[in-house]
Amino acid sequence: MDQETLDTEYDVIVLGTGLTECILSGLLSVDGKKVLHIDKQDHYGGEAASLNLSQLYAKLKDGQISKEERENKFGKDRDWSVDLIPKFLMANGELTNILVHTDVTRYVDFKQISGSYVFKNGKIYKVPANEMEAISSPLMGIFEKRRMKKFLEWIANYKEDEIKTHQGLDLDKNTMDEVYYKFGLGNSTKEFIGHAMALWTNDDYINQPARPTFERILLYSQSVARYGKSPYLYPLYGLGELPQGFARLSAIYGGTYMLDTPIDEVEYTDDKKFKAVKTKLGTFTAPLVIADPTYFPDKCRPSGQKVIRAICVLDHPISGTADADSLQIIIPQSQVGRKNDIYVAVVSDAHNICAKGHYLAIVSTIIETDTPSLELDAAFKLLGNIEEKFINVVELYEPVEDGSKDNIYISKSYDASSHFESMTDDVKDIYFRVTGHPLVLKPRDTQEE
Amino acid sequence: MNSNVTSVKLVLLGEAAVGKSSIVLRFVSNDFSENKEPTIGAAFLTQRVNIDDHTVKFEIWDTAGQERFASLAPMYYRNAQAALVVYDVSKPQSFIKARHWVKELQERASSDIIIALAGNKVDIVEDGGERKVATEEGQKLADEEGLLFFETSAKTGQNVNEVFLAIGEKIPIKKPNEHANNANADGSNDNNRVDITSSDNNAAAVSGCNC
Repeated sequence: MDQETLDTEYDVIVLGTGLTECILSGLLSVDGKKVLHIDKQDHYGGEAASLNLSQLYAKLKDGQISKEERENKFGKDRDWSVDLIPKFLMANGELTNILVHTDVTRYVDFKQISGSYVFKNGKIYKVPANEMEAISSPLMGIFEKRRMKKFLEWIANYKEDEIKTHQGLDLDKNTMDEVYYKFGLGNSTKEFIGHAMALWTNDDYINQPARPTFERILLYSQSVARYGKSPYLYPLYGLGELPQGFARLSAIYGGTYMLDTPIDEVEYTDDKKFKAVKTKLGTFTAPLVIADPTYFPDKCRPSGQKVIRAICVLDHPISGTADADSLQIIIPQSQVGRKNDIYVAVVSDAHNICAKGHYLAIVSTIIETDTPSLELDAAFKLLGNIEEKFINVVELYEPVEDGSKDNIYISKSYDASSHFESMTDDVKDIYFRVTGHPLVLKPRDTQEE
Repeated sequence: MNSNVTSVKLVLLGEAAVGKSSIVLRFVSNDFSENKEPTIGAAFLTQRVNIDDHTVKFEIWDTAGQERFASLAPMYYRNAQAALVVYDVSKPQSFIKARHWVKELQERASSDIIIALAGNKVDIVEDGGERKVATEEGQKLADEEGLLFFETSAKTGQNVNEVFLAIGEKIPIKKPNEHANNANADGSNDNNRVDITSSDNNAAAVSGCNC
């Protein structure tokens, strides 16, 4: 290859092709920055990759299966694209906005997730996605439904500058519990709103100001309203398509990509600022580097959370879901005597991520004991027979510093939430720290076709 | 307008500087520029060709340089129904690379992908320059691997339209009742598919882009 033309000086070097890094590469390339993007692994996606089965067995089971056995059971390797991190996109969420803003939508097709379910008293119930479903839902009694309706109307009609729409509540002063009290909502409804709609993984939010919860419920409601079945979208061929799409965007705007290229050494200037990375392909310099936590472990600290993700291969749909091809189940913490919710994310061959007739269910939670697998039992029971189970336990990391001192900007690990909202917060935060100006997305409605 | 239009994703492969983008530029705009910079800023180009009574709309994907350090994403090959592998008849190394790309396509792309091999820059030979890859060598590789084969010049336009026409003729014609949507290789249902660029609410099962 014509390596004689390989440049050694860049505006930005990005290490790791996780979604956070790839979005930043794409945005910065479009801004006109000269980006070099390197991954030590031979595939895109970093910690948030989608793997085929042989990669998955190699990563999580020391490769413990013969090729024949694997193909007999699960068919062709290339039919599989298994997410390591289970998440869905909120239809009206920030990742959707970024996809539209950057036109990365032209590389990726999306489907709706068929439904969201919530676990209550040992059974799962569909979270109503419209008024008809709400009226017939057994989740609440008739009087509670009326109160709930009033609460949701308050949210829908709330206007910041029209004080009478606030109904006497102050989102920044009143706690969420006080809001619940005002609408007379019972404990079971609070649990439903806080966990199945606001998607909090624990109850810490209750005694905090109501605004973040208000915004989450609004996002949920608007996302459901957008396509009608659930608030969630999922890309065909798996979440790994997203980093690939943004990497392509970056490449189209001149970004240079090197996979399978470990970093042999990081070089610093005399005043301990980032200077260069040394690799088998040469030494490359830039005024700053963006990286995932695995590239600078000594500049990161554990965030205090460990997450277990159990990837379960099934040969049948989840019972009680009308054979849905995709769904989310939320098991609120209080239902199973825990501090953190358990999530189940189910996708299937309808999303081109596994061979025909199979389903993938990824069960996850924040670990609370020394025996994390046992913590997921309530979820495993909902799944029925499990053909194969891959357990992945990871510690979450965050950078110690903000990068202003050494020009090393590190992303956070992907958290336990069921969507990408905290990831996009991290993207916007890093973008701001790196460029000095906020990321401004063009509004979807004025988008030219 | 949409009746009898078949959308085809076509991927370009080949060593740097063999003229991949120039061939596309010639095909799409009937244009050529001598000292073209490496490809920047084009997501993909589209061009329609009429074959008998139907239209094939090519969506042409450029590698955007990601092939340079073996960093092409699986996404690139995904649902590609056609591929154009280009080499430079004056550069033997680029022909070796072309063999590599054909193999790569057979491993990574869909099994019924239509592959065309193009030996580009034949104008150099006509101008008295030295040819280093014989026509017979290209033809032999094409015969062995079941590829369409043309020698082309993006500069003069020789055989450029012909390559795309030949590919278009091998594309299975879509039945009129199928709506113009993205390639869906496995024929799975489009239930639940959404167009997130649309600002309309409740836009269930919207068809693909109408660019």
